[in-house]
Amino acid sequence: MKIAIASGKGGTGKTLVALNLARSYPKSVTLLDCDVEEPNNDLFLKGKLTELKRHSVLVPKLKNELCDGCRICQQACQFNAIIVIAGKAMVFDDLCHNCGACTLLCPQKALYEVEHEIGTVTIRQKENVRLVEGRLDVGKALAVPLIRRVKSEISLDESPIIIDSPPGTSCPMVWTIGETDLVVLVAEPTAFGLHDLTLAVETVREVGIGVAVIINKDGLGDNRIEKYCEKEKIPILKKIGFNQKIATTYAIGEVLVDTDENYKKLFLDVWEKIEILVKGSRRHEQ
Amino acid sequence: MKVACTSTGSTLESPFDSRFGRAEKFIIYDTQSKAFSVIDNEQNLEASQGAGVQAAMFVLDSGATALITGNIGPKAAQVIYGANIKVYQTDAATVGEALKLFEENKLTELNKANVEGHWV
Repeated sequence: MKIAIASGKGGTGKTLVALNLARSYPKSVTLLDCDVEEPNNDLFLKGKLTELKRHSVLVPKLKNELCDGCRICQQACQFNAIIVIAGKAMVFDDLCHNCGACTLLCPQKALYEVEHEIGTVTIRQKENVRLVEGRLDVGKALAVPLIRRVKSEISLDESPIIIDSPPGTSCPMVWTIGETDLVVLVAEPTAFGLHDLTLAVETVREVGIGVAVIINKDGLGDNRIEKYCEKEKIPILKKIGFNQKIATTYAIGEVLVDTDENYKKLFLDVWEKIEILVKGSRRHEQ
Repeated sequence: MKVACTSTGSTLESPFDSRFGRAEKFIIYDTQSKAFSVIDNEQNLEASQGAGVQAAMFVLDSGATALITGNIGPKAAQVIYGANIKVYQTDAATVGEALKLFEENKLTELNKANVEGHWV
């Protein structure tokens, strides 16, 4: 069972939910931190490092003397990553999406591919939680290749898997939620919260995955998220009240369910609902 | 000579655009004939990345040998300077005003990128 925790809007509580779901689970669980631009689960988990891998992607490099400035590479590139100036191609490594088209199409064979390092994937263990974290190098723009490496660290028999998604609804989020059984969207009950939740729901539905909502900071705003979920027939798994205790625990880098039995019960209840939803959707598919 | 100027509209009276890669339009002005043409940069306004590089290609392809703008980032600068195009900086209110200052040699030449990528 693979569950992605996503949001649309940033700062709604994805990591809070992902981390506490992982820590409250009574058995072994895998937690993927796919928010590779700013992974933060380990700040709270403080797991023991068991593996560290550097990752790179292939980018084109020019054999200057062979380039005749024909611009075929430039026309092939969908990302403005290769440009012909003064009769010679110029490559912008950070814009390259590593598709290989320019190298393949170059009639002069003036391009070849070299490795370009983008980030690190680490694996850590803290009691029941196996944490796989992707961390993009500072200044690198492409999250997706690293997210794919994080997801490739899961073995087929591993279950359950909780995936902490990057915010937003663009490529990194779409790649993160792909091939999961359920996407849990964490939303806050404000106008801004609803706006971004709506975008996230549309995206998840486009990908074709079931969606459920957790309302965080409940009491802060109004009931607009509930009204929306009712209209869209989206199950609300839980409302987590706006409580200073959560912020205090988070601020000192501790995990809520490790310090408070009531919250542990709350997240165990969320697990139960998740399992029911996933089983229900599988039965539906059969 | 032809000079490219970043603009928010399609006339010489249009307000000057201080952005380069994500400028609304480019006015390509011929200093001899005083005629001008307009390049629409809409495609780059919506680009998630590489706007500066592509905008620089528009300028290159227009045949301009000078560029008047407010700010230029590192990748765009690499293309523009690689093609030996001179860059002039101004905070003029309109395109016409910027071009007038250019023709009177009153603009400062910019010799390298003055902002980081995605600076806005």
